[in-house]
Amino acid sequence: MGGRERLLLLALMAPAAIVFAAFFLLPLARLFVIGGTGPTGWSAYLAIVTDARYFRSLVSTVLLSASVTAATLVISGIAGVFLERNRFRGRALVTAMLTLPLAFPGVVIGFMVIMLAGRQGLIPEITDALFNERLVFAYSMAGLFMGYVYFSIPRTILTVMASAEKLDPRLEEAARSLGARPWRVVADVIVPGLKPAFISAGAICFATAMGAFGTAFTLATRINVLPMVIYTEFTLQANLVMASALSFVLGAITWAALALARSFAGSSVAAAG
Amino acid sequence: MSAPDGIPIRLERAGKTFDDGTRALEPTDLTIEAGETLVFLGPSGCGKTTTLRIVAGLDQPDAGGRVWFGSDDVTEVPIERRNVGMVFQSYALFPNMSVADNVAYGLKVRRVDEAERRGRVAQMLEMMHITELAHRRIDQLSGGQRQRVALARAIAPRPRVLLLDEPLTALDAKLRETLRVEIDRLLRSLAITTVYVTHDQAEAMALGDRIAVMQKGRIAQIGTPREIYQRPSSAFVAGFIGAMNHVSVRADNGYLIGSGTRIPWHGSAPGGQIMFRPEDVSIHDGSVSPAVMEGRILSAFFLGDHTRLSVDLGAGDPITVRTEARCSFAAGDAVRLSLPAERILWPEA
Amino acid sequence: MTRRRHSGWFWAQLAFTLLVCAFLIVPVGMSMLAGVTKNYFIGIQSGVTLEWVVKVWTDYRHTIFLSIKIALACLACTLLIGVPAAYVLARTQNAFTRTIEELLVMPIAVPGLATALALIVTYGTFGGFRRSWLFILVGHVLFTLPFMVRSVLAVLSSIDLRTLEEGARSLGASFSQRFFGIVLPNCRSGIVAGSLMVVTLSLGEFNMTLLLHTPLTQTLPVGLADTYASLRLEVGSAYTLIFFVIIIPLLIALQWASTPRAAQRPPSDDADFDVRSPPQPAQPSHRAAPAHVRS
Repeated sequence: MGGRERLLLLALMAPAAIVFAAFFLLPLARLFVIGGTGPTGWSAYLAIVTDARYFRSLVSTVLLSASVTAATLVISGIAGVFLERNRFRGRALVTAMLTLPLAFPGVVIGFMVIMLAGRQGLIPEITDALFNERLVFAYSMAGLFMGYVYFSIPRTILTVMASAEKLDPRLEEAARSLGARPWRVVADVIVPGLKPAFISAGAICFATAMGAFGTAFTLATRINVLPMVIYTEFTLQANLVMASALSFVLGAITWAALALARSFAGSSVAAAG
Repeated sequence: MSAPDGIPIRLERAGKTFDDGTRALEPTDLTIEAGETLVFLGPSGCGKTTTLRIVAGLDQPDAGGRVWFGSDDVTEVPIERRNVGMVFQSYALFPNMSVADNVAYGLKVRRVDEAERRGRVAQMLEMMHITELAHRRIDQLSGGQRQRVALARAIAPRPRVLLLDEPLTALDAKLRETLRVEIDRLLRSLAITTVYVTHDQAEAMALGDRIAVMQKGRIAQIGTPREIYQRPSSAFVAGFIGAMNHVSVRADNGYLIGSGTRIPWHGSAPGGQIMFRPEDVSIHDGSVSPAVMEGRILSAFFLGDHTRLSVDLGAGDPITVRTEARCSFAAGDAVRLSLPAERILWPEA
Repeated sequence: MTRRRHSGWFWAQLAFTLLVCAFLIVPVGMSMLAGVTKNYFIGIQSGVTLEWVVKVWTDYRHTIFLSIKIALACLACTLLIGVPAAYVLARTQNAFTRTIEELLVMPIAVPGLATALALIVTYGTFGGFRRSWLFILVGHVLFTLPFMVRSVLAVLSSIDLRTLEEGARSLGASFSQRFFGIVLPNCRSGIVAGSLMVVTLSLGEFNMTLLLHTPLTQTLPVGLADTYASLRLEVGSAYTLIFFVIIIPLLIALQWASTPRAAQRPPSDDADFDVRSPPQPAQPSHRAAPAHVRS
């Protein structure tokens, strides 16, 4: 590559780099600094574990995200492998419908949860007809759980299907030729084969559930998850310092979850090479 | 577990039509003797792998077809309960397990107890000369090593039938030859009923007790390697095993006459074309019997132990001549050839 | 693939998959229906009406126009800065560019709330900028840029860019001739998929926008949240219906753009039903565009 060529490449990279540095890296650094300028100084960053209120919301956010991740992986794993492994009429339509809500915004998903489990929702209607009791859970942690699962399914199914497509069907045939019954094939071949996909999709699922905001905002501002706490600190309490510190910590957690998963998934992808 | 010595396999009107309507295998009757190695040989798309998959239980024959293992009708039995050992072209080793775990897998799902399992794995690894690889990961193995592991894994549970689907195709020529010798040794020592699929005629000749040459979903000919080579039943079979020359002739007054060709022939001529192998035709040495063909050398390749000539007889495709004569040839030279009458074959009309 | 007749196992899995499908699609249908129902509490038998849609259109159409404006501007920005960046990343594979690649994805990993707060604490004091729609645009560009870059990068990594360019150079093509004549046409599919993704995401972005917007720069999702919170269900539904009418065609186009079409696959030299090798993915996976969105 000649020197001129190198300069041209640099020039092509420059706009993205400048925008990114000016509007992301610099503000993030500023956010970090502001988080330490409150009356308690840098210990604001420890408040997330020392302050019982923040710590409780951190714990419940982590628990919620972990259970959303587990549920999404199981659901998408079954449906995704099924869709990849079987050819039947209407398969394309089912796949399209399962992936349609990809990129629905969180607010809209919150509304979908209200449609299903809200005061005038479908599930209360059904439980009313069956058990004479209206089961309304949209405006609680359970509703949020449902919304995050809804949000994560399309993307996870896509990842699982892409990964299942690359699974060598001969591996399953080999396991069967050695006498493995279907459930053993699932445990010994399919799940290990999909592990990298599960790790990366699971990490994204976890990270989005940690940082998601729109769904909670639609359902109820009372739900005690970290993003809601940050929003309340910022708007209602006007506590910019605490909001900054908390959101920086939240960002660090989600980024770390993704980075960790990438290193795991990366190494196991290489091992499967 | 049943007798390790193998059992006969019988296909009864076993055919296969895929969902899209493609007929991969015409209804076929076939018996594979106990302990025999039968090689399915043919170009891609001839139905050989389909046949193997039907024997394995990975595919089901169309309605009416049956598969027998000895006296058991296994048509409805899925592969995991057929007790077969299978080796795949792509090896299909489990990447999440070590070499030893791969070999132990069939024993593990059969709940063979730990001690026996370990013993058998060690024995298999030893047999395939890969003991030192026991704890390697699959991605640390070369192609040849992988194939050895795949073989060890397939035979570890002592299957009734061994099925090999192009096991050497993914390897380079040199390694292919080494492993061919090893597989031959293995099959002889196991004396297990074996079905071997390949498109490589050298492999088929070396390993098969019998060869079934397949073409367009049918068995074109089945027989020992010698029978198939020396008495091919059709031009297709002849062309698929070894090289074959074709020359158009007409019978005329005690001779077969063709372009540059004049062969003494007493008897009827069953067709308008004769076939003969490149090694059966030789450079005329000026002895009493007259030369039967004359032509001009198009190209001459000196290959060390022999020379391969392409000879133009004036019309039709050039013929190939394999000669061990130690003289030099040059393109453009005229050449006279002799061909023993008993080596002439007539393809079916 | 087993070719046995469908077993009970098959039907159980199919039923499960259809149930998941219903979970995703039924509420979409319900909300669309609710948007044109006179009184949702009574049900559709109360009559069909466009009253709510008209009401939303009168009260909130400025949010729709603003969102479309931002989405298009965002697309222009990501095309202008993202495509060249993807090209550079594809051309130069070293530790430095890999770090940049990692960094560029950070705005997806970091919650929008944090990014928005960071923008506010840094640029919030520039009153004119803070109050204009450009402030929202900046956030959207940050968030959508990785999708454009990775989508284009995925395509560029799947073609042999180096050989193509060397071929063009050997024929005397200059840098710009190569970039516009060889590189851009060859990553068209990535640009199309990336563009659809950018527009879709920008139209639906809420996490940052809620903090970045001002009463005068309300976008569609912010307006949606507003109606969900304060107005009757039918109005929220009608608004959602309008949103779906805009976004669903984009999502369908996105599905269409990311499906490898059979005609694009090269014909096989070996049309052989004997060798049923697993189908090859159209693009290498390690750089597949991140189907990664946040709510």
